[in-house]
Amino acid sequence: MNLASAVECILSVAGEPLPISEIARALQCNELTAEEALRDLQLTLGERNSGLQVVHIAEGFQLSTLPEYVEPIGRLLTREGGKLSRAALETLAIIAYRQPITVPEIEAVRGVACGGVVKTLAEKRLISEMGRKPTIGRPILYATTQDFLHYFALKDLGELPQLDYVDTPAPSLPAPVVEPEPDLGLV
Amino acid sequence: MRFLTTNPPQFRLPVFEGPLDLLLHLIRENRIDIYDIPIADITQQYLDYVALLESLDLAVAGEYIVMAATLVEIKARMLLPQAPPAEGEEEEMDPRAELVQKLLEYQSFQGSVDTLRGWEEYRRRIFFRGALENPDDYLLPLPAGGIDPRELMAALAQVLSSVSDDDTAVTAVVPRRRVSLRMKMVEVLRKVRAKPEGLAFSGLFSDPPYYTYDIVLTFLALLELIRQHQIDATQKQPGDDILLRPKEAEAA
Repeated sequence: MNLASAVECILSVAGEPLPISEIARALQCNELTAEEALRDLQLTLGERNSGLQVVHIAEGFQLSTLPEYVEPIGRLLTREGGKLSRAALETLAIIAYRQPITVPEIEAVRGVACGGVVKTLAEKRLISEMGRKPTIGRPILYATTQDFLHYFALKDLGELPQLDYVDTPAPSLPAPVVEPEPDLGLV
Repeated sequence: MRFLTTNPPQFRLPVFEGPLDLLLHLIRENRIDIYDIPIADITQQYLDYVALLESLDLAVAGEYIVMAATLVEIKARMLLPQAPPAEGEEEEMDPRAELVQKLLEYQSFQGSVDTLRGWEEYRRRIFFRGALENPDDYLLPLPAGGIDPRELMAALAQVLSSVSDDDTAVTAVVPRRRVSLRMKMVEVLRKVRAKPEGLAFSGLFSDPPYYTYDIVLTFLALLELIRQHQIDATQKQPGDDILLRPKEAEAA
């Protein structure tokens, strides 16, 4: 059995990002071998000029189309929903860096009321409630979701670039990895 | 006014995301050092913009007015002569410092907006396939802890909505004995009179099951009886049970 082809099969039926542990479990191999199979698959796809690529997204791996083929796809499919507004992106950025965070804390940074934007983002499932802050009024805490990672094609929150303004560090962001991850040659 | 005279107001109205956004725009437009804002000029320009919005009959959000007040306050504090710092005392903080911190913080997040926008652009150019539609044969195992309550709620809502779409849905009319307020008043009065030494308020709702309609009606009946001076309600101290007694004068 060709492991790379097996990974291709798994990714094409999964329909959602598969964590490396899931891939290894399906292939009955260890995660290192699974990563190797992913890398092989990516190489093979490139060699045969496939329109597909392996992407490391939302803490898993998934097959996607190549960005240069957006036009034919666009003629076939109509995309639902437009882009996010600037207000939504600003709010998302603040939540992503300062999570978990309450609406008043977001408003303190933006200087405007944010309740409506936060509600919309929660409806789009880009953020979700993460309990309540044990302060007066017990305000709801918000954090970004897996869908947030998927919406921006991020593999994890560590991909967010360092903010140039560093005052209060974002505590929940994963600490910078000292040893760089093995580059799988994936997007 | 220096900037305004060299740069007359333009009637291009960019949409601002709030007072901080407007201030940053003015700072960029005038090529000002953010750490050394000429507060008088900026305040003037800011107020001009707000006045412009008002003259165009645009609703000016309260946040803009609050910021205007803050700017004027900073301007006033900067006009006050500063006493030289006494021995061992720290120099008084620049009145602009807090605003500058807020602006810098906000600006850094504005910077990440472009990053997010770029990622969004890329993401919108790639497509993913959905899962194969043969759920009867195989199901993807659910990752442990991968389902949050919100998803369960959504699933339940979906099930419920598909149920209601069904024409053959079971319908039944459950009759409810509607008691009128008058009937309830009679009932409450009887209960209270049965215990001349006093009936605890909670005693009115002694027999479950409780129905909202019934509880509300009982309460209304009680209020009406008190208003009509048929019942006397006393409470020793807040939190205690309320004691209900029939009023002798009326009962006689």
